[in-house]
Amino acid sequence: MLRFLVRRILSAVLTLFAVSVLTFLMFFALPRDPVSGMCPKNCNPERLERVRQELGLRDPLVSQYAGYLKGIVTGRDLGGAQGGRCDAPCLGWSYVNNEAVTDTLARVLPVTLSIVIPAAILWLLLGVGLGMVSALRPGSWWDRAAIGFSLTGASLQLYFVGAVLLLVFVYTLRWLPVPGYTPLSADPLRWASGLVLAWCSLAFLFSAIYARLFRAQMLETLSEDFVRTARAKGLGRTRVYGRHALRAAITPVVTVAGLDVGAALGGTVITETTFGIQGLGRTAVDAVRAGDLPTIMATVLVAAVFVVLANLLVDLLYAVIDPRVRLG
Amino acid sequence: MDPYLRVDDLRVSFGTADGTVRAVDGVSFAVPRGRTLGVVGESGSGKSVTSLALLGLHDPRRATVTGQITVGGHQLVGRPETEVRRLRGQEMALIFQDPLSALHPYYPVGRQVTEAYRVHHPRAGRAQTRRHVVEMLGRVGIPQPQRRYDQYPHEFSGGMRQRAMIAMALVNGPALLIADEPATALDVTVQAQILDLLADLQAEFDTAIVLISHDLGVVAQVADDVLVMYAGRAVEQGSAEQVLRRPQHPYTWGLLSSVPSLHGDAAVDLAAIPGHPPSLIDVPAGCAFHPRCRYAEHAGGRCRTQRPELTPGGTPGHRMACHLPAVERARRYAEDVVRVGVAR
Repeated sequence: MLRFLVRRILSAVLTLFAVSVLTFLMFFALPRDPVSGMCPKNCNPERLERVRQELGLRDPLVSQYAGYLKGIVTGRDLGGAQGGRCDAPCLGWSYVNNEAVTDTLARVLPVTLSIVIPAAILWLLLGVGLGMVSALRPGSWWDRAAIGFSLTGASLQLYFVGAVLLLVFVYTLRWLPVPGYTPLSADPLRWASGLVLAWCSLAFLFSAIYARLFRAQMLETLSEDFVRTARAKGLGRTRVYGRHALRAAITPVVTVAGLDVGAALGGTVITETTFGIQGLGRTAVDAVRAGDLPTIMATVLVAAVFVVLANLLVDLLYAVIDPRVRLG
Repeated sequence: MDPYLRVDDLRVSFGTADGTVRAVDGVSFAVPRGRTLGVVGESGSGKSVTSLALLGLHDPRRATVTGQITVGGHQLVGRPETEVRRLRGQEMALIFQDPLSALHPYYPVGRQVTEAYRVHHPRAGRAQTRRHVVEMLGRVGIPQPQRRYDQYPHEFSGGMRQRAMIAMALVNGPALLIADEPATALDVTVQAQILDLLADLQAEFDTAIVLISHDLGVVAQVADDVLVMYAGRAVEQGSAEQVLRRPQHPYTWGLLSSVPSLHGDAAVDLAAIPGHPPSLIDVPAGCAFHPRCRYAEHAGGRCRTQRPELTPGGTPGHRMACHLPAVERARRYAEDVVRVGVAR
């Protein structure tokens, strides 16, 4: 188990290293002069040159990358106008937002986490629940209703579902406030009421895939010999389905959930836009529009970290669920 | 005394889009405690469907089960699931062909056996249960049972896995054991060990065993009585001595001639039964075996039209479903089976 753990963590670290190199090279691969977007209005050649000096763009590539990495690990000094110290993890200075990129991320990251994590819990519960109900009574009224629900969810777009929910619950019934982000620590109730529509729309759309996936997997598992063994022991339905079959059928759901949650944490642009919430996704889009390279790099890196972490978590969960994985 | 297991006119059918599959079509037998019934037949003859029906494991939404199954005085067919469940694992237990797929891959072996014990002994203490399970694992010949308890099925060898399955089946001391091809997935040497183990445990627990197998060698080794099935029906039934030494039905002759023998002439080829078992949706009219039977001509055409009933013949207790007149049958047997082997 320990060897498995060490190997997976090492490979995660390597992946992140590769991603950081790639995002760093973006700076130079893009056709755009990295400095032009960073220099505020009234630019003149002298100021541009100064910015280049400040950024160390005249230095060799390798030492620039070393500086970038050092900034992330230990922090670094940024010379020039904005001057002073940039604490670890330093991801550079955004000339567009006029603040350290780390500060921007610290502001928007909790927003995205607040949207995605509760939504993911909701969509997993809903998806697995619906899938379970339809698998237990295939062909029944319940099964058809669950399939219909998930088909509807799968064929709709988030901005549509979101708009309908907004219209009904916020503007017509007035049960909920206009969506927005309040920190959880400040007021849990307002945190939840401001985000609940985003959670529900995401859950509605995502649970569809999980319901179908889990239904198919569960039906397959129910015909396995070990399920028959469990019944032959004299176990009740709850124990046969809830313990023996569920544990075996849940693995593919864990895989897909890992991919989805990882990707969603990298930015839920459409959700954030639909509900007018400034999270990581919208920040990334704004940065691309403004050519704000340090912010783009940082958002890409953070998204990559989430995907890698989610996959690491999936691998570990696999090992917890299936003892045979621990050998590999 | 009544036999522990008694099955009367058992029928199991499945409704499918193509028609009704009559997987078991009127089978009767009885097994007293301490005796073993061998059920023989090709794949698709209804052996496994019968074994599942004995434990009431067919899904009532898909399968129709009629007839009578009496286990230790309890009538099973039509009884509510909750009551049948109490008998499962407690009074009657099942061993499957492939112990790797029959054990749950994610739980330690000992815990799976424990679960089988606890479901029928909910008040048993933890330590006492573990002691009992470890003892059971040791009894079926698993070395170092204390350590093996916490290992997973994939850490066991095939033979050890089947031993664990047997421990799981016998942990509550059931009076009836149904073994569905218990040795088929194993090496020949391991196969013999497992069969010996079953015989030892049977002597110890006085268990009634229904052993299902396509392998006549296995059946000859352990069965007291034999039931030969073809297309969901019994074609020959009797003591092992009667069915295997003095077989009366041409299908049984075919099965026996297709078994390799260590003592026979190496130059003599094995005789396979020509053709394939019929589809259970569209069973041939008359005797289901007639399209593959080389003696169908000698029964005066009845084989095609009239279904033969299971009737006594030969020595007492021996029954077969065949239209061949007894005299004709004896002559054919003497000429074709004893001297040259059938179907050649």
